[in-house]
Amino acid sequence: MHELTITEQIADIAIRHGEENAAEKITDLYLVIGELSTVIDDSVKFYWDLITEDTICAGAKLHFQRIPALFHCLECGEEYQLVDGDLAPCPHCQSSKMEILQGKQFHLDSINIV
Amino acid sequence: MTKKISIVEKVHSANDQLAAENKQQLDQADLFSLNIMASPGAGKTSLIEKSLELLKSDYKIAAIDGDVATSIDADRAAEAGATAVQINTGGQCHIDAHMLRNALMELDLDQFDLLLVENVGNLICPASFKLGTDKNVLIASIPEGDDKPYKYPAMYQDVDALIINKIDLLPYVKFDMEYFQKGVQMLNPDLITFPVSCTTGEGIEAWVNWVSEHIKDKKVS
Repeated sequence: MHELTITEQIADIAIRHGEENAAEKITDLYLVIGELSTVIDDSVKFYWDLITEDTICAGAKLHFQRIPALFHCLECGEEYQLVDGDLAPCPHCQSSKMEILQGKQFHLDSINIV
Repeated sequence: MTKKISIVEKVHSANDQLAAENKQQLDQADLFSLNIMASPGAGKTSLIEKSLELLKSDYKIAAIDGDVATSIDADRAAEAGATAVQINTGGQCHIDAHMLRNALMELDLDQFDLLLVENVGNLICPASFKLGTDKNVLIASIPEGDDKPYKYPAMYQDVDALIINKIDLLPYVKFDMEYFQKGVQMLNPDLITFPVSCTTGEGIEAWVNWVSEHIKDKKVS
């Protein structure tokens, strides 16, 4: 639901780095999105062309790298992922005490410029 | 010739930066602040009213209310004894750090001991936008159902306190407390939890004491 703001933020970061590197144009953006971050790529893509129309990002392609969520069981040490897309207790010992190792990240990793 | 530029910058970095500036302002004023988040109808405004009732004789309190439209919530907070500022987000599903900064400008921060920020009713978006408040508080309410931690993990992960509101409805609604709390524990193992009813007043005292202790701690530090 907040993808408009997010898309603007992505464009701002890309344009700032593009200008610092004297880019004529930004051709590609590589985004890293954790499975637990609440971002929908399709919505970002939808807003992208509208927002970047008159900028050096116009026409740039968005690439999304999805990082799966990874949990670490604090009881038995097992590392596990979401079960059928849902949060679940440790599949090994059934404990619900765990820490999140990855899946929350959301950053712009790199851009291609010409 | 195409050139690859490595960036590795958080998409929310601009908001995070403004949140840090808000935090600094609030710290300079020794003002303890809460970001109160919940789904629509969970009882954010009711909790603020109840808290004001018990805290207003001891502390000076400001409330900032975020809503898509109207000033109903700010009016209720003002009626209950707070100095209230309304933020209308104009359709946006959350308050962001920039909106809070603008609202803070309308208050003489040194005058207050406690700031209550009522976020827009939503269990998804507010989790992604830090504001710079001292603590993030989530209100879950019994009629919403016991599966919410499983469905909205991002919201439960990063909060500092959880209020379970409308416990007076437990006899009438299907709500498995054990299942709910197991989900919470998975996401946020040591989360402090206050079961309350804003209608009967049950449990409110424990919550208010927690707030009061933090107000005092902030004054001392």
